Formats: sequence, structure tokens, C-alpha cells
Amino acid sequence: MANRNMQDQISSTLDFEYKYGFRMPQNYTFKSKKGLNEEVVKNISLIKREPAWMTKFRLKSYQIFKKKSLPSWGADLSSINFDDIYYYIKPVERQVSSWQDLPKEIKETYDRIGVPEAEKKFLAGVSAQYESEVVYESINRELKKMGVIFCDMDTGLKLYPQIVNKYFASLIPPTDNKFAALNSSVWSGGSFVYVPKGVKVKMPLQAYFRINSERFGQFERTLIIAEEGSYVHYIEGCTAPIYTTNSLHAAVVEIFVHKNARVRYTTVQNWSNNVYNLVTKRARADENSVMEWIDCNIGSKVTMKYPSVYLYGERARGEVLSIAYAGHGQHQDAGAKMLHFAPNTSSRIISKSISIAGGRTSYRGLIQIMPKAKKSSVFVSCDALILDEKSRSDTYPYMKIKENDVTVQHEATVEKIGEEKLFYLTSKGISKSDAESLLVNGFIEPVTKEIPLEYSIELNRLINLEMSGSVG
Amino acid sequence: MLQLKTISVSINKKLILKNLSYHFKKGKVYAIMGPNGSGKSTLAYAIAGHPNYKLEVGSLKFEGSDVTNLSPDKRAKRGIFLSFQTPHSLAGVNVFQLLRIALLGKEDPLTVKQKIEKIAKKLEIKKDLIERSLNVGTSGGEKKKLELLQAAVLDPKLLIFDEIDTGVDIDALRTIAKFMSENRYGKTYLLITHYNRILHYIKPDRVLVLMAGKLVKEGNAKLAVEIEKKGYKRVVSS
Repeated sequence: MANRNMQDQISSTLDFEYKYGFRMPQNYTFKSKKGLNEEVVKNISLIKREPAWMTKFRLKSYQIFKKKSLPSWGADLSSINFDDIYYYIKPVERQVSSWQDLPKEIKETYDRIGVPEAEKKFLAGVSAQYESEVVYESINRELKKMGVIFCDMDTGLKLYPQIVNKYFASLIPPTDNKFAALNSSVWSGGSFVYVPKGVKVKMPLQAYFRINSERFGQFERTLIIAEEGSYVHYIEGCTAPIYTTNSLHAAVVEIFVHKNARVRYTTVQNWSNNVYNLVTKRARADENSVMEWIDCNIGSKVTMKYPSVYLYGERARGEVLSIAYAGHGQHQDAGAKMLHFAPNTSSRIISKSISIAGGRTSYRGLIQIMPKAKKSSVFVSCDALILDEKSRSDTYPYMKIKENDVTVQHEATVEKIGEEKLFYLTSKGISKSDAESLLVNGFIEPVTKEIPLEYSIELNRLINLEMSGSVG
Repeated sequence: MLQLKTISVSINKKLILKNLSYHFKKGKVYAIMGPNGSGKSTLAYAIAGHPNYKLEVGSLKFEGSDVTNLSPDKRAKRGIFLSFQTPHSLAGVNVFQLLRIALLGKEDPLTVKQKIEKIAKKLEIKKDLIERSLNVGTSGGEKKKLELLQAAVLDPKLLIFDEIDTGVDIDALRTIAKFMSENRYGKTYLLITHYNRILHYIKPDRVLVLMAGKLVKEGNAKLAVEIEKKGYKRVVSS
């Protein structure tokens, strides 16, 4: 109750400028030319002074990218023009470690998305990404003392090449899909997190992402390794200004959860409504470990994202809690994948989608239980809320179950906001649009209660803003 | 306080209320009785402004001004409150969130919260019920108590209770009725009911009988007693 109260008070003091996006003048030190070829790929690796194996890996990935076709299912990706995109931009020469060192316009951008506020609250450190390079990073001293590594991926590769070499692309190889291949060839930025054995990181590690250049795609690469018995919560909150031409965001996130460890990965995605958000996220969960994805997709033109957990070890548990919001011109094709390889593994998927003003949401899920994964259990619940006749929601649940001794439960509901519920609320003195927001926020509450307060406030606020713009 | 001027109300083009006129006076308690399907709830919904309850002819005047074309939330802001016969369940929304938004700009959230807690105590509403999703997994009596709690916090001028006495056990009814009579503070009540039982606790000034969408009889508190003894048909035809 106290939390709710505080949340309510904070919400009411925030302004509404956010919705329309903003962009700052660009001040880059390096910008590759538009389009992609071997030269561009080699140059990226050269500028970053990468080891030879990475250059080779990038070039090999580029060949795979060229050969792979776009997925034949899911959202419409036909209007992505790969020749009309900058694949690498480096905004500042070096990384800075304090707020004062940041260029003025970057500071302004962050002021507007509230990084300093977050920093005051969370001492755990902010790794904020401006364009494709992490430019601001403030790592908590405690993290270092505990032996926790939290840096951008480029630094990770420089300083910890053995760890990176061991894990990088071992869970999501470039052959996985066209966008994983693209990311593998041009990746830049993203986070590298390493939590040593038995270390429990109490504060969530946060990263802020922004795209600030027209036709510029972001290809960050994140690698998280949680050693035996450790715990870490990683949060990415994405916001982006609005542009007229299409932008591409193709990220890859790989997470390794070792025995008895637990990792939670929270995303609040609010790309502007011209961004193609095509992300491959996968985690490997070893014996008795827990992997939780909390995935909230509000923005973008098209999102295709299916966080997965490969349950390799006995008694490993995987969870995906997701929210998808699709307004006018948006298609959120999101879901989850759970692959059970070992006995006594369990998974839970809770998906909440909202479509409004002609928006479209699709739940796409895969449950796969391998032979011998005895006594495994699966719980899937996907609920769709459709706010008007123009909007649409579909469910594509796939189940491949090769073992008999398992428990599988699947629930799906489709709900329309009923006139009667709206009347109930309006008759108590609440306006129709507030009543709709209240019902929508109530609908997603099972997921929002799982995420930190600042993010759930942000999420509720974003949804209220989106709705106030689309409800007539 | 509330004037119905020859109103006819239809739902899906079906005429339910026919040429109803009545003047509800400030500070009085009215019982609106009638058999099932006589149009009692329709009257409640029409007064509260349900968009599907179409006013074919006539007008509604509340405290001297025409409210015929006002949306339900605007009518509520003027001081009309409807306690639902079957309150809707709202997943993920608790009564505090509802009332906070309803009173936004009028009362600060902290005051709202304190009021809720105080009234919940009086109504013997368990604490977890006010923090939980509204009307989800709650008993009939608890739902009606939560309606009453909303009424008490919103502090309206005209309160329409649509069958607050149905689906409620005798102990809950006693608590509800006691609260209603002790906390009336001169407000106008419209009690829609089938039975006389709530009227044992709150004595009505006037009793109105609706049948087939028409106001067929009006009298004092004795009329309700008579209806209980003889039934609608015999009372109306006498």
C-alpha cells in the first residue's frame, strides 16, 4: 500500500512531454557510411582494435547474414532497407566515468530520461548507452570489491578476452537467424556482466539505451554470466525519439546461469514507432538454477522477440513474464520459448497483451520437452486485451512434447474492455479514458508488480500516455 | 433535487420505461419497489447515465440544471451515486486506486486512504479486501459493503442503492443498513428493493411501485408493509 501510494504521487508530478520524443544535435567522432559490406565490417573491428578471432567471427557472420533470408513467419519486415542504415557510429572518443565529463547534449538527453535521478537512487551503477557506444558508466565500488564485472561489451572483450571467448555466441550462433547474424557481424556496445561464484548482487544493474540518429540501427550485444550460486538482476530500459524513417534495432542477449544461480533480466522497451525491434534473447539454465525474463514492449513499429530459456540442468526453472502494447501502426509479435532438456525442470510463461487503435499483438510461444525430461512441468497463460474493433490479437502456441511423464498447462483468454465495466467506473466519477487506463493497468498488474517501482511507474505512465493519445 | 420529466427509456430499441415523471425531494428516503422486470434497475441506470440506456423522450433535472446529456462521470461529479446490484470485478484495481482517481484534484491520495481505512472499519470490511482487486473473489455481502464504502468516500448528494439487500446474509445486512441510516446526514436515498426487509432498518418517506415500466402506485411506508403481506398484484389492483 505504501509503495502504491508513493507511486501514485510520483506519477502525478511527471510531465507529459515524453510522448513526442526529442532529439539532440549529433556530435559524432566517427560514423561509418550507409550500407553494409565486408569493408564496413572490417573497419568496425579495426576501429575497435579487436583480436583477430573477433574480426574473423564478424566476417563469417556477415557471410551468413547475406545468405539467410528473412523469416517467413511473424511480422512484416519487407520494408527494412539494409542499404539505408548506418552500421556503426562512435559518438565520443573515450569512455567517461563521471557525469561531469559527458558532452553537454548527451547530458541533456539523459537529464530528460532521468538518469541522474536513477543514479541517486541506485548506487549499483549506470551503464548508459548513447548511440552504439557506452559513453557513461559509473560502477559501484562495491561491485568491484565483490569481483563483479559490469561494463560495456567492447571493454569486456578488451579486458576479459578469455571469458568472452568462452561464452560469446555459444548460445546464439550467427546461424541462428538473419538478425543474429547481422548483430554478430556489426555488434557494438551492449553489456558484459560477470558475477563470480556465490556472489549475490543486491542492487539491480541498469543500462539505458537510446537511438539518436536517423536510419541508424543499434546492434548491441549483451553477455551475462552468473557463476554457481550467484544472483544478479539486470535492467534495460529503452527509450527513443521519434523519426520519420525506419530504424533497426537488432540485439543479441546471451545469459549463462550456472548451478544454483539466479538471473533476472528486466526490459522496458519504448522504441519510437518507426523502429524495427528484432531481438534474440536466450538463456541457459544449469542444475537447480533460475532464469527469469521480464519483458515489457510498449514502443517500436514491429517487435519480434521471444526470450528463451534452455533448461539444461535438473530442477532448473525458467520464467517469462511479458507485456506487449500495440497502438496505431504497431505490431508486437512477442512470446517465449522454453526448452526442457533435463528431468524435473519447470517453466512458467505469463503473457499480457493490449491492442488498441488498430494495433496488433501476437503471442508466439514454443514449449519443447525432450525425451527423458521426466516430471517436467509447464505453465503457460496468455491473456489478450483488445480495446476496440480495429485492433487485433492472435495466439500461436507451439508445443513439442516428446516425454509422457510431464505436466503441461495452457490457458489463454481474450478480453474486450466491456462497456459495463467502463460504466461501473465512470458512474463513480472517473472519465472514460482514465477508466480505460485503470483497467489496462489492472490487467498488466501481475507483471508490473514484479518489476522495480521506478520502472513500473514509467511503464504505467507510458501506457497512460499512449492511451490518452489513441482513445477518442 | 431530481426531476424526471416524462422520461421514456429504451435498451436496444426496446422500450422499458414509459412516460415516467417524478420529483424526488432533497433529504428524503424513497423506496422503489416492483416485481422483476418492472424497470427498477433501468431507472437507476438511466439516472446514472448508462450510454446504452437511451432516453427516447423527456429530461432529467438535477438540482435545478438539466443533466440529460451529461456523461456518467459528469453526473457523478455533480453528486449522483449508483450502488450496483452486481458490482463488477476489476482485476488488478483496488478500491483505493479507483477512489483516488475519482477524487483526483479534489482530495489528496493520503486523505482518501485514511477515509477508506476509517470507513472500512465501521463497515467491518477486512483490510486485505481494500488492498485486493476490487470484487474479485469477494462474497455478495462484501461487494455491497465495498459499494457503500465508495459512496461514503465520494460523498454524493443522491444515492441510488440498486438492491443493496440481495445476496447479503442477515448479519451483513444489519451492518449495511445500520451504516446507511447512521451516515445519511440528510442525503437523498433511492432504495431499489424487492423486499421490505431493508425498510425495517431505514424507514422510507415515500414508496413508489413500478410495474411494466410505469409508476403505478405511490404511498407512505405502510405501502411497503402492505406489499409484503399481499403481493404486488393485489396491492396495485386494489
